[in-house]
This record gives sequence, structure tokens and C-alpha cells, in this order.
Amino acid sequence: MTKRHVSAVLFFVTPFGVLFALFYLVPIIYAVVQSLYTVKRKGTFGPATDVFGGLVQYRQVFSDGPFWQSIERVLLFGAVQVPVMLGLALAFALLLDSGLVKGRRFFRLAFFLPYAVPGVVAAIMWGYLYSPNLSPFTAVTASADLLSPSLVLWAMANVVTWIYVGYNMLIIYSALLAVPTEIYEAAKIDGAGPFRTAWSIKIPMVLPAIVLTTVFSIIGTLQLLAEPQVFKSFSSAVSSTYTPNLTVLNASSIPNFHLAAAFSVVLALATFILSFTFLKFTQRKGVQ
Amino acid sequence: MAAFKLPKYAATLVMAVFTLYFLTPLWWLFVASGKKDGQVTDGHALLPDKFAIGENLSDLFRYHDGIFLRWMANSIAYTVGAAAIGTLLAGMCGYALAKYVFRGRELLFNIVLGGVLVPATALALPLFLMFSKVSLANTFWAVFLPSLVNPFGVYLGRIYAAASVPDELMEAARIDGSSEVRTFFTLSVRLMAPAFVTIFLFHFVAVWNNFMLPLIMLGNERLFPVTLGLYSWNTQVNQHPELRALVLVGAFVSLAPMVIAFLSLQRFWRSGLGAGSIK
Repeated sequence: MTKRHVSAVLFFVTPFGVLFALFYLVPIIYAVVQSLYTVKRKGTFGPATDVFGGLVQYRQVFSDGPFWQSIERVLLFGAVQVPVMLGLALAFALLLDSGLVKGRRFFRLAFFLPYAVPGVVAAIMWGYLYSPNLSPFTAVTASADLLSPSLVLWAMANVVTWIYVGYNMLIIYSALLAVPTEIYEAAKIDGAGPFRTAWSIKIPMVLPAIVLTTVFSIIGTLQLLAEPQVFKSFSSAVSSTYTPNLTVLNASSIPNFHLAAAFSVVLALATFILSFTFLKFTQRKGVQ
Repeated sequence: MAAFKLPKYAATLVMAVFTLYFLTPLWWLFVASGKKDGQVTDGHALLPDKFAIGENLSDLFRYHDGIFLRWMANSIAYTVGAAAIGTLLAGMCGYALAKYVFRGRELLFNIVLGGVLVPATALALPLFLMFSKVSLANTFWAVFLPSLVNPFGVYLGRIYAAASVPDELMEAARIDGSSEVRTFFTLSVRLMAPAFVTIFLFHFVAVWNNFMLPLIMLGNERLFPVTLGLYSWNTQVNQHPELRALVLVGAFVSLAPMVIAFLSLQRFWRSGLGAGSIK
């Protein structure tokens, strides 16, 4: 490596590196620092000062019932919604790749289109479709109140699924396109039908794509914000601590920034651990 | 032969049924955005009768001194600016990681990859506190600057650069006396063009859809991106029923830039989208 290359590498890496440090690394450190402080007042109405409080905020986070309920809620949401969404995405990708579907270009585009709709706009739109007095689907909304406490979580799961199925389908489909076709020829000669080929060859070949989409879905689930925030206007069943991110927002609007920072840190850690564990788990399985 | 035809139609039929699931809500939004005064149950729900979209559009653009157009312009400024600059920076970093050997390369790559797993919403609150400290919260920059960073783009950039820029070509450019930086801008950028479009599109979508950051950063309505603007209108519908029509027609109009971007760049994202998941 010559000196010339060192300066070139610095030129290429520095701009991104500086911004990454400023807006990714520093905020994480800053959140951790802030979460270790607490506000002390002199008397009831005295001036507030920040003093070091150790793990005071974390004690509050861990004893905060609604926060842990919200974590439970999004985990339940993810345990159902992520497999359904990725199962559909995989099925559509395999159908597109099977050669049995006419009009592939059209379907690909139609299924992908919802991905262009921001979560907020999608939630507003579906909120109207769910509302009994506004929806065009009166037969459905009359027989089941989709905005009731027992169903609203799954009504939101449908919004998220609607947005992301096509996106995940395209990622898996592109991975399928990259599989060399000679493999299929060999399977055909061996007498494998389309289902057998899909199960024994195609799915194992695109496993990395499925892992990638799963990790992104896990991260997305724990960060659920736009949909519940919008649904607060449609359904009284959605409280201001319905998901972990709503809790963060709620704590920061009180405002109790130190507590909100502690919530953020715990949430980020939980997300990181969950997605990292999943990655490690699938990697180990891949080795065997 | 008949036995082979059946699954063919069955597969297409399944796809057709799901097309209804994906497109009907958007079609409804189009029809609803043309209903007078937001009376969405007035007339046929899924056919544009009593269609007054022109009137609704002019109401939308005039309301509150044209605040909606201002929001659209804000969204485009945040998104196009951040995605264009962010894509170039991420692409450069990924290129260096793929094509050069240097100390700390793997460490840098792993830290950036860790960044992919850090949820952007977890950063929103500390960013707000930081920007408040320097009195920049509630400004354009508070949303724009953090939006420039795209760690996933670095990951994609590295994979694409490794796959599409041959070492021999870089060596040839070196022999011709071209500097590394010049080689990147004249040669490598062209070879990586589909990659850049893909990174740009992902980045564009991420910034356009970002909700938590502007929600937490911005108090001034005139700085809102269109998503936050529509959200704030929707929360006021109960007090101000006239806003319902504007929310619906506004939601429909707000989809236009993204749909245009997707359709016009189709050629690129179709070929580039999967590359990130192969390795």
C-alpha cells in the first residue's frame, strides 16, 4: 500500500465517517450519559438542576409496567405479523419465479407499490377504511369492530403487512433470479416437480435474503411508531404508551428527558440483542 | 396438457386476488379524495361519482396560505438533498472498504454494520437533545443533517463495488496516471451506477417516510415534511371537520413524488435490489 492510497482512502471514508460519528455514535453515547442524570429541585418550585443519579432512571424503567406491557405487545405483534408477512412474500416470490404466472411485470409492480406509501399516509388511509361510519366495506366493519381493543393491534399488523409484503417479495425474488438455472435443469432431470424444487433448492438458496428481511422486520416491529401514533385519532384503544416508541415520545413530552433517554437506551439494546441473536442463531444453523 | 394448464391459471388467479388487496385501498383513496367536503360515504364508495377533485385540490393548495405546497417542497428538499449527498458519501465509503486494504478496515466495516442494526428512532431523542444544546432543534438542519447518514448504503456500496469494479481496470487507470479519486469519479461511479440508484432509492424512501425525527425535532409548522403535516391535520379532524377532505386529497397528492421516482427508476431497482442479499 502506497502513501497515495492512504490519502485516497481518507478522502473516501472521512465524509461518511464524520457524519456517522456525529449522528450515530455521539447520540448513542449522549443518550447513555443523559440517562444517568436526574433532575433535582430546591424545594417544590426552585430552579431545576441536573445531577448525576446513577441508575435511578433505569430503576424506573424496569418498574414501569406500561412500558413492559408495550414491549410484550410488540413482541406478540412481531411473532404473528413477521412470519405472515414473510411467508406471503416468499410465496409470491416463488410464484413469480415458477414461470406459472402471466403478467409478472405487472404483479411485481402492483405488489411493490404500497412500499411507496409512507407509514403515516397508509395508516390514515386504512384508519378510514376501518372506521365503521366511513368505510366502504360496511359488511366487514359492521360485523367486527376493527378498532376495538382486542382487534386494533391486528388492524395495524395488516397496515404494516400491506406496506412491506411487496418489498420483501422483491428482495427474495431478486435473490431467486440470481440462482444459476443449471441447478433447476438438474433437478428437472432428477424428476423434481415445482413444489419439490421450491422446497429443496430454491428456499435454501435464498435463505440469506430471508434472514436479511427477517432482521429488518424485527427491527421495524420494535420501533413501531407511525401506525399507532396515527391510530390514536381513530381508536381510543391506542394509549400514549401503546408501543415502546410511543412511551419514549410520551416521556419526552412531559418532559422528562432523562427517563426518555433511559427508555431509548433500553429499547435500542433490546432491538440490537434480538436481531443480533437471530443473526447468530441462523449463522450457526447454516454451518451445520 | 389440461393438467398443466390448471396450475398456471391458479397461480395467476392467486396473484390477481392479492392485487386487489394491494391496490383497492389506493383506488379508494383516489375516489375519496374527489368527494365533496370529505363526505366519503356520499355516493358510490369505489366509483368516482359526484367527483370534485379539482375543487378539493384548489382548496388544498389555498388552505392556510398554501401550507400544503410548502410541506411538499420541504419533503422534497429533505429527501432529495439528503438522499443524493448521502448516497454519494455511502457509496464512496463502501468503495474504499471494497477496493483498498487499509488498517482498521474490518473494524470500520463492523461498526457501520452495527449501525444498520441501531434503529433510527432510538437516535431521534438524543439527537433532539443534542440539537437543542446548540439551539438548532426546530430548524431545517435538525432533520436534514441526521438524514444524510445511511449505514446500509455503505454495506450495499461495498458489495456492489466488489462485484462491479475490476481491480485490473483500476490498475490500468493508475498506469495511465489517473489519481485514485479521479478514477473513482470518472470510471468507478459509472460502473456502479445501478448500485448508486438502488442506494439512492432506499435512502429516498427512508427519509421520505421518516416520522419520528421530524415529529420530535420540529415545532414550526412551516418546516414540516408532508407526512408530519398530514398527521397534524388528521389529529384535528374532530375539531375541524373541513380538514377531512384536505387530509384525503393531500394524502393522495403526497404519494405522487414517490410513485414517479419508483416508476421512472424501475429499470435500476429491478436489477439492483437483490444484490444486497446475495452475499
